[in-house]
Amino acid sequence: MSWRRAAYLLPLIAFVALAIYLSHGLAPGYNPELLPSALIDKPAPSFDLAGLKGEARLTNRAFADEIVFVNFFASWCVPCREESPVLMDLSRRNVIVLYGVDYKDKPADAEKFLQQYGDPYRRIGVDESGRTAIDFGVYGVPETYAIDRTGRIRWRHVGPLTSDVVTKEILPLLQELGAS
Amino acid sequence: MTRALAAAAILLGIAHAAFAVEPSEMLANPTLEARAEAIGKQLRCVVCQNETIEESGADLAHDLRVLIRERLTSGDTDAQAIKYVTDRYGTFVLLKPPVEPATYLLWFSPFAILAVGAAGAWFYLRRRKAPPDEPLDLNQRRRLERLLLDDQ
Repeated sequence: MSWRRAAYLLPLIAFVALAIYLSHGLAPGYNPELLPSALIDKPAPSFDLAGLKGEARLTNRAFADEIVFVNFFASWCVPCREESPVLMDLSRRNVIVLYGVDYKDKPADAEKFLQQYGDPYRRIGVDESGRTAIDFGVYGVPETYAIDRTGRIRWRHVGPLTSDVVTKEILPLLQELGAS
Repeated sequence: MTRALAAAAILLGIAHAAFAVEPSEMLANPTLEARAEAIGKQLRCVVCQNETIEESGADLAHDLRVLIRERLTSGDTDAQAIKYVTDRYGTFVLLKPPVEPATYLLWFSPFAILAVGAAGAWFYLRRRKAPPDEPLDLNQRRRLERLLLDDQ
C-alpha cells in the first residue's frame, strides 16, 4: 500500500484512538463527580473539637506516632448507616485506629445513631459548624481519611466504605505505611 | 403570541436572577459584598458540580459563601480568599481552569488541532494546484469547434 493510500486511513485511526480514550468514561464504577483530595501528602489540618458525650476534646494532637483513620459521619446521613457494619468490623478486629467527626449534627441524634448502629470510634469530635470538614476538603459525608505517623494525609475515600475498599485500598495502604 | 413570549422572557429573567445567596449572608459593606459575589461566581460548588457557590442551594455552598465573606472582612485579598478554598478543595473548584501542566491539553489542544488541519489543507491545496495551461494545438482546436457545432 502506498503512503498516499495509507494517509486515507488516518481519520479511521484517529477515530479509533478517540473512541478507546472516551470509552473509559463508560467503564462501570467510573464516577466523574469524585474529586481527588487536594490534601494528599500534606499535613492534616489542625483542629480542636468538643468531644461527644462529654468526652475529652478531639484534636489532631491526639494522633501521635500512629496511623489513624478519621471518618466524617452524621446521624442524618443514610450511606453512613450502610458503611457502619464495615467500620464496626474493622474496629472490632483492631485493623485500624478510627476516630470519628460528627458533621453538622445534633449530639443527641448522634448518640442515638451510635446506639442503634454501633460505635466503632476510639473518640468522636463534634463539628457542628462544619469548619473542620471544610479544612479537610470534605464535600459530603461519609468521607474517610488516613493519616500517617508523621501527621500527613495519605488517603481519602468519598462515600461509604465497603469490604471491597477495605481489601483493595485500606489493607494495602496499611502495608505500605508499615502498620505494626 | 407576543404575550406568551413576554411571559416566557419574564420567567427566564426571574430564573436567571435566582441566586441562592440569602439576605442574612450578605455583608453590610457593599464593596466587600460585591467582591464576595464576584469570587463566589468563580467557584464551583463541589456538591452540585455545575453550579457556582453563589447559585447553589447546597449546605456546603452556603458555608463557603459565609467563609469567603469572613475572609474578606478579616482583610484577605480576593486572591487569598480564593486560595483558601483551592488549598482545601483543589483547583477543580475554579470554574475557569488555571493554565498548569495538568490543563495544558485542555488549553492548547484546540490550537494543535487547528495547526494539524491547516497543515493538511496546505498539503492538499498545494498538490491540487493545476498545471499551467498550454494553448490548444491546431487539431485540438478543430475538434473543439466541431463539438461545439454538434451541440447546436
